Amino acid sequence: MGQPVIEVRNLSKLYRLGAIGASSLRESVERLWLRWRRSGKGVALPGPSYRLSPEQRGTDPNTFWALKDVSFDIRPGEIVGIIGQNGAGKSTLLKILSRITEPTAGQAILRGRVGSLLEVGTGFHPELSGRENIYLNGAMLGMRTNEINRKLDEIIAFSEIEDFVDTPVKRYSSGMYVRLAFAVAAHLEPEILLVDEVLAVGDAAFQKKCLGKMDDVAKHGRTVLLVSHNMIAVQSLCPRVICVGGGRITADGPAAEIVQDYLQVLRKDTGIALDQRIDRAGDGTARIVSLKIESATGGAVHSSSPLKVTIGYRSDKALRRPKFTASIYNVNDTGIFALDSDAAGGLPETLPAMGEVTCVTEPINLTAGRCFMNVTLLKGGVVADYIPQAGVFDVESEDFFGSGKVPGRDWVLCLLKNQWEARSS
Amino acid sequence: MSDAPSPHLAAYEVVIRPNRSWLSIDWRALFEFRDLLVLLVRRDFVSKYRQTVLGPAWFVLQPLLTTVVFTVMFNQVARISTDGVSPTLFYLCGLLGWNYFSQNFTVAAATFTTNSALFSKVYFPRLLVPLSIVISNFAAFALQLATFFAFYVGFKLAGTGGNTHLSWAAALLPLLVLQTAAISLGASLWMAALTAKYRDLTHLIPFIIQLWMFASFVIVPLSAVPAKWQWVAQFNPMASVVEAFRFSLLGVGTLTPVSITTSALITLFMLFSGVFIFQRTERTFIDTV
Repeated sequence: MGQPVIEVRNLSKLYRLGAIGASSLRESVERLWLRWRRSGKGVALPGPSYRLSPEQRGTDPNTFWALKDVSFDIRPGEIVGIIGQNGAGKSTLLKILSRITEPTAGQAILRGRVGSLLEVGTGFHPELSGRENIYLNGAMLGMRTNEINRKLDEIIAFSEIEDFVDTPVKRYSSGMYVRLAFAVAAHLEPEILLVDEVLAVGDAAFQKKCLGKMDDVAKHGRTVLLVSHNMIAVQSLCPRVICVGGGRITADGPAAEIVQDYLQVLRKDTGIALDQRIDRAGDGTARIVSLKIESATGGAVHSSSPLKVTIGYRSDKALRRPKFTASIYNVNDTGIFALDSDAAGGLPETLPAMGEVTCVTEPINLTAGRCFMNVTLLKGGVVADYIPQAGVFDVESEDFFGSGKVPGRDWVLCLLKNQWEARSS
Repeated sequence: MSDAPSPHLAAYEVVIRPNRSWLSIDWRALFEFRDLLVLLVRRDFVSKYRQTVLGPAWFVLQPLLTTVVFTVMFNQVARISTDGVSPTLFYLCGLLGWNYFSQNFTVAAATFTTNSALFSKVYFPRLLVPLSIVISNFAAFALQLATFFAFYVGFKLAGTGGNTHLSWAAALLPLLVLQTAAISLGASLWMAALTAKYRDLTHLIPFIIQLWMFASFVIVPLSAVPAKWQWVAQFNPMASVVEAFRFSLLGVGTLTPVSITTSALITLFMLFSGVFIFQRTERTFIDTV
């Protein structure tokens, strides 16, 4: 056998917490000022967030390793699935390999032309015609113009939009848009293909076509790296699976085995341990010790998933008139939901000294993106414990309207099913 | 199979590692994506024309309206000299280089903020985006140059142009345009890198443009500044560009070999330092979105 086509050695990525949103000049100045003042005084900065094992924390309390010393080899022609929970580091890995961001340490060698497909229809411009967008999108994905010239007829035929190829794509139906976008991506012929969850977009027929094409790609000896939450797709497509957790590789081997183990771990998972967190407020007469955020229907949290939030608590004596709140907000600190046990009702007057409470919601209807959660426990109207940014979860995109078109977080926060009709007047 | 890599694979080896150097520019990637540059220019072009009612006519109208405003405000009311030239020609000429610069700057300075969704999904050398803006805006410049010549000929025929002549330096116009492009690229790369880190600086852009215009002698000729202070202007490369446009097209303007050299050197410095800071920002920009 020749050299591995992907060679990853000790790849690590350090992220700064608290600077997740856009930073402002004022924050930077403040940070500098704090760092300067802090020498010896131990000013506690807003604490790190979620699922951080001690070794995942950076030396600075405000940083964490999204990836830490990840190494693996992939041989030519392999199709490898990458699985793992929210925030495990899968997407970071893919972003580094597709050169969207740089690692903090370590290196990766890719031997071959790389095509990455993190989104279908990247860079499509509404004013341009289908034909013009094929060229633009193709070039962004790394195709040369003469390569597109050669494949143009094939791409148009595959997309089934022959009659509209010179119409601006803003006049396309959503189905046409997705078909065209996928047709371009499908004709990308790199030696290495990096794919992120694109299977979640589009209707069932489209997904099937997509799966079929991926199988095709594999038969032509190309290497595919697929990040997915869809365990069925992963098992049927990928002979080998790498499982990522806490920024490290936790398992690597035959798909059936790894997926099986992974699902077992998922079931046993108790959530985020919170008892060690120091950035908390309240009188301390009761403590929140764990938080688990999951989809009430199982699997990843998608746009239409109901949420299931489990909060573990501990106290010296039974809780009288307890009230739990969990507020959900986005990266810009805009509040989205408040889950309030008083407002919703349903908790008894008195709770045992130790235990957990579970809150199940209606479908969240949020666009794909990151969400944060604060949790508070009150006793008789007094805050006993409050933990800011206790949890983080990612809403994964899905075909919310069944049309293949879903607005993104950069536009709106919430999704709403709606119907349109026309009448003549 | 042998252990030696096939020549085909070796040709495309990409090594990804943390890059701390300020000076490393991925020339190979820029070259590999050269077709994308052409397509981006085309996109900027087409999208700009298709979305407006008047289309390219805006590029002719905009400097004309500005010239009317300047003539009334600064020439008629404030009585500011126009170097003995018809105020219409004086302002139109000054606006040539200035408009090209300011249009490049306002759009290209927002490269990271307007393209963050795109940049988080696909890799290509980010430098192509500001580069494509500078190239596609050249079309507007060409239109404005043609407008200027139409007015120039008109005023000459009517004999109301004032004391003007096309100088030998008009042959160097391409170089002047190139310098304008370089200054605007350098300035917008700096601004793009800074706004990527500090979003609030975006609000400064219109203010910078306004201030810079006054400092570039688009309205008041450099000759109106006391002689002992004129040397200060050479540190603003756009000032000598605007004066040079007037010198070559109207035969008026305050230029010295020293001011030309200084502005050329500052231009080069802005361009190269801009490219470096932009490249440094593009590598981890997406982490802060």
